[in-house]
Amino acid sequence: MSALNIKKGATSHSAYDLRDPNAQVSESHTLAVLVDNEAGVLARVIGLFSGRGYNIDSLTVAEVDHKGHRSRITVVTRGTPAVIEQIKAQLGRIVPVHEVHDLTADGPSVERELALFKVTGTGDKRIESLRLAEIFRANVVDSTLESFVFEMTGTPEKIDAFADLMRPLGLADVARTGVAALSRGL
Amino acid sequence: MSRQMTGAKMVVQALKDQGVDVVFGYPGGAVLPIYDEIFQQNDIRHILVRHEQGAVHMAEGYARSTGRPGVVLVTSGPGATNAVTGMVDALMDSIPLIVLSGQVPTFMIGTDGFQEADTVGITRPCTKMNWLVKDTDKLAETIHQAFHVAMHGRPGPVLVDIPKDVQFATGTYTAPREVKTGHYQPRVKGDTAAITALVELMETAERPVFYTGGGVINSGPAASQLLRELVEATGFPITSTLMGLGAYPASGPKWLGMLGMHGLYEANLAMHGCDLMVNIGARFDDRITGRIADFSPHSRKAHIDIDPSSINKVIHVDIPILGDVGHVLEDMLNIWKARGRKVNREGLAKWWGQIDQWRAKKSLSYKNSTKIIKPQYALERLEALTKGRDRYITTEVGQHQMWAAQFLHFDEPNRWMTSGGLGTMGYGLPASIGVQIAHPDALVINVAGDASWLMNMQEMGTAVQFRAPVKQFILNNERLGMVRQWQQLLHGERYSQSWSESLPDFVKLAEAFGCKGIRCDDPAKLDAAIEEMLAYDGPVIFDCLVEKHENCFPMIPSGKPHNEMLLGDASTDGAIKAEGAVLV
Repeated sequence: MSALNIKKGATSHSAYDLRDPNAQVSESHTLAVLVDNEAGVLARVIGLFSGRGYNIDSLTVAEVDHKGHRSRITVVTRGTPAVIEQIKAQLGRIVPVHEVHDLTADGPSVERELALFKVTGTGDKRIESLRLAEIFRANVVDSTLESFVFEMTGTPEKIDAFADLMRPLGLADVARTGVAALSRGL
Repeated sequence: MSRQMTGAKMVVQALKDQGVDVVFGYPGGAVLPIYDEIFQQNDIRHILVRHEQGAVHMAEGYARSTGRPGVVLVTSGPGATNAVTGMVDALMDSIPLIVLSGQVPTFMIGTDGFQEADTVGITRPCTKMNWLVKDTDKLAETIHQAFHVAMHGRPGPVLVDIPKDVQFATGTYTAPREVKTGHYQPRVKGDTAAITALVELMETAERPVFYTGGGVINSGPAASQLLRELVEATGFPITSTLMGLGAYPASGPKWLGMLGMHGLYEANLAMHGCDLMVNIGARFDDRITGRIADFSPHSRKAHIDIDPSSINKVIHVDIPILGDVGHVLEDMLNIWKARGRKVNREGLAKWWGQIDQWRAKKSLSYKNSTKIIKPQYALERLEALTKGRDRYITTEVGQHQMWAAQFLHFDEPNRWMTSGGLGTMGYGLPASIGVQIAHPDALVINVAGDASWLMNMQEMGTAVQFRAPVKQFILNNERLGMVRQWQQLLHGERYSQSWSESLPDFVKLAEAFGCKGIRCDDPAKLDAAIEEMLAYDGPVIFDCLVEKHENCFPMIPSGKPHNEMLLGDASTDGAIKAEGAVLV
């Protein structure tokens, strides 16, 4: 869903069509937003996304500096370059927002997500799931005779890949944290 | 200076320390402690409105006409929700407001208590920032921060929600200078390299135009002064949005008139044909741009704005300059002078020749009548009879608003109060009262339509109570004129719900409110009637019966570019195509 792309056909080139005609390619960007850890700040950020029709593919938020009273919101969003610029500008003018970093545009970064997978089954499928978990460096954090809970940290793509492999082996439930990200280097 | 006092007393003390002299409000259960404090002092005047929406629009009128923030006090629940429209209006037009709302006591929040509403939740997208204060010790600090946020950067409305127990409890008062305004210090100085790049373009431009907006007025009178100096020194033509009228005088030689959907032909054609567009404190609103793909196709564009999200939001610009208009204009003038005050005189002379040809179209001309008052004629006479007076104009929203912008002339900033972004019918009457409260001796006129005016007509009671001699100049066509015009142009003349049935007798209504009513339906008697209105020392409702089916021209139809303007009735058949009809 993207409100900025609603105008197709009859109403294209209208005053409401905000697409940059030269840059129609939608890109995924990971944004780190440093905010005052105060009541309602998350609502301000996600309200901006829903109110202006931007996408949220992933959202992670936690306090990162207890003394400084700061939280870090990591949001993965997608849009044309013009829309991404607009999202950053809109985030930046929210009063309790201190910094907005575009980790995708600002250079190399590391992105990690933690996921828990519950895989149920017996026999060969159970053994196969354990073998694959070893290859993916997933840890077993809970076990019964008919189930495992695997814990894995990695890029969203790696977690997607592991989930795809587990599905035919009895994947019953997945919990994902969403992306946490930092820029590489100093 | 730290002192112990109740939260309610803190509210009044904080307002005093912020230099507030008037509050527009309405009492209720959750703000009774604050009203009790207001009762026991005389520094701050309280204007009792008849509906909370009226309070917010009054505060907007006060703010827009003084440059100081407007202050509103309302109770919880319906008090706060009634204030929502006004807050969104102020947000869209960048008007600084401080709205204080009562809330149920903290221990009742979340229990669906009587007159409880999630006020900060409801108003989060309606304000620049809002706060729920749960601790009396933080109340004064929050109110001071609220003033700081409302007035710095792009101005806007803020709300502080104050539970009743926080008002009763005692805490430590914090004075304004003790408050850390934190990281919120928006940049006001523009980037010198960018300003220099713009000046270089100005030196060679053959067909430049200044396109100015409400940001010039928000920046303060000095910005308007600098703008005038820049325009006179360069000789560039200048046009303005609805919100920016008065920043450059309408009597000035370089003035092209307002631009946009109902702007002047020469202003819109200059925008379309220019080779350098300098946007100063405007935001490329859709009323201005028309069809984006064909918006000023041959120009390089610079945009001066204090809000980074305004830049490249709608129109991609070549030179973005982030900063306060006043600061940037000062630097621009200095750099331009230091580089030798160069302009392309030959190009400019040709450009003015072209503009004069467009002017010769006389796009505001209309067919006058001796039998019936044309709305344009009524405003021409109002202009002529009030020219030179200490005059402030507010409007409602619709055809009359556009005619007022076209036919009334503003030579000073802060003299024109209108709901531009949100287009709030019912804005003008309360706004006129707010202006009059701020300027008791001035002539304050609300140019209204019959339908808009009814939306907040209860505020005539406020005008009478507080002896605000506002003049309500109602262009009465017994229609929702702009709706009717659009239905004529693009809905096959099916006038669905766009007439005003059962209108009140405005003269009797005036008498019922205890003010003066005047009715006029004869062009020959109009001048005398307007003079009677102006001479009356008190509020007047002027029922000006005008032509019912007059359309507002010129007009850029929805979905069309600037160079496809409609100039009169003859050219309107099939003017708006299907793709334009879906726009507003």
